[in-house]
Amino acid sequence: MTPSSQNRSRGLVILSTSFVALWLLIAAVPFLWTLWGSFKVQGDFFSKSDWTYALYGVRTLAETGATFTGQGYHGAWIEQEFWRATLNTGIVVFFTVIISLTLGTLGGYALARSGYKYAFWILMAALVFRAMPHITLVSGYLLPFFEWNLWGHLPTTIIVLVAINQPFTLWMLHSFFLNIPKDMDESAMVDGCTRFQAFRHVIIPVMWPGVITTGLFSFLLAYNDFAVTAMLLSQENQTMVPKIASFLGTTQVEGNVMFAVAAVVSATAPLFALVMMFQRQIVSGLTAGAVKG
Amino acid sequence: MKHRTFLWFILPSLSAMVLFIALPIVSVFVQSLFVAHDQVLVVTENCGPFGCKQTTTVDQEATRALKEAAPLGKFNGFETYTNRGHLALAEVSQAWRSATGIGDFVSQVLNLPFYRAVAFTLSYTFVVTPFVILLGLAVALGVNSLPRAIKGPTIFVSLLPMIVTPLIGSLILFWMIDSRGLIGATLQIVFDDPDLSLKASPTLTWITLFVYGVWHSAPFSFIVFYAGLQTVPQDTLEAAMIDGATRWQRLRYVVVPYMTPLVTFITLMQLMDNFRVFEPIVGFSAQASATSLSYIIYNDLRGGDSQLFGSAAATSMLTILGVAVLLLPVLIRTWREFNRKPV
Repeated sequence: MTPSSQNRSRGLVILSTSFVALWLLIAAVPFLWTLWGSFKVQGDFFSKSDWTYALYGVRTLAETGATFTGQGYHGAWIEQEFWRATLNTGIVVFFTVIISLTLGTLGGYALARSGYKYAFWILMAALVFRAMPHITLVSGYLLPFFEWNLWGHLPTTIIVLVAINQPFTLWMLHSFFLNIPKDMDESAMVDGCTRFQAFRHVIIPVMWPGVITTGLFSFLLAYNDFAVTAMLLSQENQTMVPKIASFLGTTQVEGNVMFAVAAVVSATAPLFALVMMFQRQIVSGLTAGAVKG
Repeated sequence: MKHRTFLWFILPSLSAMVLFIALPIVSVFVQSLFVAHDQVLVVTENCGPFGCKQTTTVDQEATRALKEAAPLGKFNGFETYTNRGHLALAEVSQAWRSATGIGDFVSQVLNLPFYRAVAFTLSYTFVVTPFVILLGLAVALGVNSLPRAIKGPTIFVSLLPMIVTPLIGSLILFWMIDSRGLIGATLQIVFDDPDLSLKASPTLTWITLFVYGVWHSAPFSFIVFYAGLQTVPQDTLEAAMIDGATRWQRLRYVVVPYMTPLVTFITLMQLMDNFRVFEPIVGFSAQASATSLSYIIYNDLRGGDSQLFGSAAATSMLTILGVAVLLLPVLIRTWREFNRKPV
């Protein structure tokens, strides 16, 4: 505890604590509400008569005989084959993260150890590329990909996501490698290692915390992407996010919205698990670029 | 590091960026100069007992052949940039001449699709960014004074809105603001208006999207500020206290100056991210009252039967130009700093 916070006045403590509590409500209630509601029928989740129906499941009880129902999940996962989209997401995300990290580690290390001007220019270019709205790039890909029959396949999407990911990965790993003292690999080189051997035997063993943090953000980028996956994947190769969007496109038949709700909850669950496991790395990653200025 | 080694290390990453970010920009530019072919029309004359009749049909075969021969379409120069769907030069000058006043002119211009999108994109960027910074700072100050034991869970919950997929996050809120959902129904009761719907009026839709934007991005600035607060030197704070500074003065003159570089960082990140606002418009089905630059590109590319590559490309070029203008001050500043420090 900091000394300044120990002697706060009671009123201020109550004010600031209730503000945080309010913020937590705003942050968490939408998720809890949707999780709870995903086990109800549409008549309850969107209740015309009384919103508390969604809490108690009045219509759900009337329609299915129990206050909880797995209909939405059954519809989404089995009828609409959401498992296929989950599998595709798994493949895309796994390879995107692995390839991004491999390229990014090599590049970030080089940028951190080169004092020449061009390294600075590459970083600046990466910053501009980072700001590029993804959909503008997609409009550049579509026509060539159609012409060369590359459109619709998972590998194409993976490579595109890797490339879009590179600017961010480079920046993050670059600032991480700057923190590893130069003397380490340079003394290895004095001992007769080539630059690559120094990287292999000296840098790789100590770089994992930075790589894991960067990997988490690559994961989030690939997992959360909508612009690229929605435009570049064919119907059968769709990943989760465009699949959910297509649930909404299909006519709002009774029950169909609940498929989307169930799918949304299913797609959010892995993210929650991720934050729970890697909270510290995510926090340190978000602040890595900032605190150092 | 030697130039040669540097090249080998950076090559894979650099080639990925050149191939899939730099070249696509070139490709976008080339595409923006072309438009789709006109359909090949054939006029056939059918002569029957009641005289001859001319019918015009589309020669599918020839149209397809033309498309295959030149997939880009026909050359159009900068025409796409100036047509009604983009900069709409003719319409704007027409509006300038006929408008009764500045207000009328603005409202006429904002009816044009491109300017509507620009207006929303800029409003979103410049409304959401300051609110994100303020809310993030407030939450960070609040969390910082909590007992240590509950800080961890608090940070976990606070991270959720940011970590969730933007499309999914906006869908979750969209379902809640439905007039039959939790927030929608509550608002109807609070304002005692059974017909109140956040989806109906453009103003309310804009506000909803702004609120979503703040909800989604506030955790980012919260985390950055929270980490920054840990580095504020306690000695300075104590010294200020001994000198008789009130709590507010300590916040204003010690803590806030420490946060200034962080504000620059968050502003930069937020400007970049908010300028490409796209998913919430899809999630909230808000395209009737709010479109962003990214959204109109998406709409052209998706377009029912024929994808409007030329139109999407022209909008993309203009968007990229916008990004460049947005980043220019940052780039200039970084360049100056780089030149100042000895290499």
